[in-house]
Amino acid sequence: MNIFNEIKENFIISYKAITANKLRSFLATLGIVIGITSVTLMQTVIEGINRAFEKSISAVGADVLYVQKFEWFGKEDWSFYRNRKDITMNQYDYLERNIQTAASVCPSAGTNKTLKYRDFVLENVFVLGTTAAYQETFAANMEEGRFFTQKESDGGYPVCIIGMDIRKAFFENADPIGKTIKIGTYSFRIIGVVEKQGSLLGLVSLDNRVIVPIDRFFNLFGNKRSLSINIKAADINDLGETKEEVISIMRKARKVEFGERDDFGVNQQEAFKSTYESLTSLIKIIGSLITSLSLIVGSVGIANIMFVSVKERTKEIGIRKAIGAKKRTILLQFLIESVSICLLGGLIGLMISVPISLIINAFVLPTAMPLWVIILGLIVSVIFGVLAGFFPAYNAAKMNAVDSLRYE
Amino acid sequence: MENNLIDLKGIEKVYIMGTEVLYALKGVDLKINKNEYIAIMGPSGSGKSTLMNIIGCLDTPTSGEYFLNGKNVSEMDDDELAEIRNLEIGFVFQTFNLLARSNALHNVELPLIYKGLPKAERIEKAEEALYNVGLEDRMTHKPNELSGGQRQRVAIARALVNDPSIILADEPTGNLDTKTGQEIMQLLEELNQKGNTIIIVTHEEEIAMHAHRVVKIRDGKIESDVKSEKGRAMSERKEILI
Ligand SMILES: Nc1ncnc2c1ncn2[C@@H]1O[C@H](COP(=O)(O)OP(=O)(O)OP(=O)(O)O)[C@@H](O)[C@H]1O
Ligand SMILES: [Mg+2]
Repeated sequence: MNIFNEIKENFIISYKAITANKLRSFLATLGIVIGITSVTLMQTVIEGINRAFEKSISAVGADVLYVQKFEWFGKEDWSFYRNRKDITMNQYDYLERNIQTAASVCPSAGTNKTLKYRDFVLENVFVLGTTAAYQETFAANMEEGRFFTQKESDGGYPVCIIGMDIRKAFFENADPIGKTIKIGTYSFRIIGVVEKQGSLLGLVSLDNRVIVPIDRFFNLFGNKRSLSINIKAADINDLGETKEEVISIMRKARKVEFGERDDFGVNQQEAFKSTYESLTSLIKIIGSLITSLSLIVGSVGIANIMFVSVKERTKEIGIRKAIGAKKRTILLQFLIESVSICLLGGLIGLMISVPISLIINAFVLPTAMPLWVIILGLIVSVIFGVLAGFFPAYNAAKMNAVDSLRYE
Repeated sequence: MENNLIDLKGIEKVYIMGTEVLYALKGVDLKINKNEYIAIMGPSGSGKSTLMNIIGCLDTPTSGEYFLNGKNVSEMDDDELAEIRNLEIGFVFQTFNLLARSNALHNVELPLIYKGLPKAERIEKAEEALYNVGLEDRMTHKPNELSGGQRQRVAIARALVNDPSIILADEPTGNLDTKTGQEIMQLLEELNQKGNTIIIVTHEEEIAMHAHRVVKIRDGKIESDVKSEKGRAMSERKEILI
């Protein structure tokens, strides 16, 4: 008999068998329903967390290298990094002059100060000193006004650019451009507002900051601090090459002897990612354990139901054999029946998880169930159907025709 | 060379139950020609059903050889036997053995599904077979919506639908009243007249009288093998014709 016809006929038979025992079939699918629901929802949530993460570290810049005393997520003690030599403006100048594979380079230093405008006071605002190259290095878009020019930054003009949080706190609907605010005890004129940046990992707001020319920053707030030198690679695909170059120039600038280890860190977004991934892989492992456990329990349940079903239908198997059903035909009949039950469970699972993923997307965090997860869910159902059905079906196939006909 | 449809040589069937060894058949030799109508009789437990199951390729003998249409059936594997059952043999059982969840039409269609015929052809043949046993207006009834006699007709339609060379009926009237039994016997007789080979197991003399040859079994052995009055009449008629 043609295999496709055989499969089709068997689907019809299993449809009858399943609908003849609706409640039992439904109960049998529960484990698979839970398994498929959790596997698809887990993937949806991970997808959502990934997206949120990508968004929250986008401010770090995928193509930007940060030369700093500290190494992000470094393994050494904090004091080890702190005791390194400071990164200075001279080193920045040296790097800026020599680097070939960078699109732009800017230095930055930061401190926290109190901001004042008329009667309004904001405590603990992050003040960042940098140069005009900052705008290109971090692709900072302006909401209003402009960034400072090379001339303003080199000359250390008393101008500043504020973040959206400060704009909101101080000016509400008024125009902030041209207004003078106090950073600590010093006056600065606002020339621009950076568009909303969001936060880094949901912790540090990037909009609660004010940017000033680095020369003025040093003069007013002290120059005994270590810089961060920020390098935007010319081509993100050659980030590794740029990193090599940065390291070799910095070693020269800091006079690191041959054979000694670097006394500075070259940080990049990657560091966040690998740390993040080691975190989510734990979530994934736990989730997969729960999921596979419920799938295994579910398929054991289905195997059990299938054994009962085969036993109950011994006579039917005898009749089918007596009129010409081959072993393979009987095997296929019960395999397809268990696959159908599992597929049904998978479909019910998807009918539960797809709406939930829409709800999560609408109210909790932006996400979407990837198509491959749906396909995976269905494939997993089929696989567990085959696993659950094989032994019962094999039992049925090898039954003796005479004995099963005599079975009451 | 005679053209034996069925040729059993020294067939034995042994059941081993724990320490007990039970000889259900103790060396049966039997030749059956095309278009014969045979009744197998004997006391309960004498091995009639066992013999029928072996003839019908449902069961395999412990020893001995069985040729069906010249093919050595005793050497075939399960799937080859399944194919023989599907194509060459029509079974009619005492307990009907219909699929309870399926209607009459689907029950009759079943052998054709296993044969691999396309749907339209299956339906056509199954309807024709049901028509031939007088059940054209009961096609969509499930077995529990049919009388005993009607169920046995469905079973006969199912046995016939593949045009098998042999019809095997193990006490086909055993669960029916006398009148319905007679109707079923009438049906089998018509089939025989159309050229079918029929082997029937029965306890009842009146039923056996329909056959042309009566084989009696006792304790797993053939006790007698004689032409019935009807058979004698038939062969006399043939001799006269010659
Ligand atoms: N599967 C089996 N296992 C053990 N013994 C069996 C088996 N099948 C049949 N027998 C034995 O074989 C013998 C013949 O059984 P069989 O069914 O052929 O008798 P029968 O002539 O058809 O009887 P009845 O007229 O009551 O149907 C019996 O003694 C029976 O107990
Ligand atoms: Mg019997």
